[in-house]
Amino acid sequence: MATKILIPTPLRPYTDKQDAVEASGATIGELLADLTAKYSGLKAHLYNEQGKLRSFVNIYINDEDIRYLQKDQTPVSASDTVSIIPSVAGGV
Amino acid sequence: MTTTTSRACVLDPGVSTAIRRHGEETFPHECCGALIGRDDRITSAVALPNTTEEGPRRRFLVRPSDYRLAEQKASELGGELLGFYHSHPDHPAKPSQFDLDHAWPNFAYVIVSVMSAVARDMTVWYLKEDRSRFDEGTLNGDEDSDSHPAPAVHG
Repeated sequence: MATKILIPTPLRPYTDKQDAVEASGATIGELLADLTAKYSGLKAHLYNEQGKLRSFVNIYINDEDIRYLQKDQTPVSASDTVSIIPSVAGGV
Repeated sequence: MTTTTSRACVLDPGVSTAIRRHGEETFPHECCGALIGRDDRITSAVALPNTTEEGPRRRFLVRPSDYRLAEQKASELGGELLGFYHSHPDHPAKPSQFDLDHAWPNFAYVIVSVMSAVARDMTVWYLKEDRSRFDEGTLNGDEDSDSHPAPAVHG
């Protein structure tokens, strides 16, 4: 079961410049694991050293942030569209 | 934490002035915005709201909804989202550890130092692929690069 994943601009160099790719999985966690297995360059920028999604990486299923659903256990189907949406933060 | 790189970006006329003006307008708070263009040539700086809840004097945040708007704006302008700018109020135009911890790859990060409400140094930085540090790039097209020499500041 393949689900469409929208890739933001800074990560497209790791997906052969594609702005949308497909990956498989029954949950968001499985889907992202398949995504990073296919496109290994994504992993360091999506996950921290403890294997957790970085705080400024937002995963949306359709238009809902998975933090307000079941996080990486959120079910996903072929009819869903998953988006990786950056927050951009910094300071002195 | 930083080294130099051969990477360069070019600011079209008006871009550096717009960034400096934004930094002065929001002082003592940080400003932020998107950089739009193509092939390392930045044609537009699009101001975005700083939505941080950690204190805008020392932090900025572009929330996901505004990031989406920036991507849409880039598409409308026929360009690409090339990076983001922000100001460092009363601090030098060098990336902080906080900047590094939150950086995205392949983006240009333009930083303008705003000292006592006057915009001064402007620099551009790129995250190294291994996320270990930023490399400083060359910023061409800065219209005020010589008019506001930055004093030595150690933040």
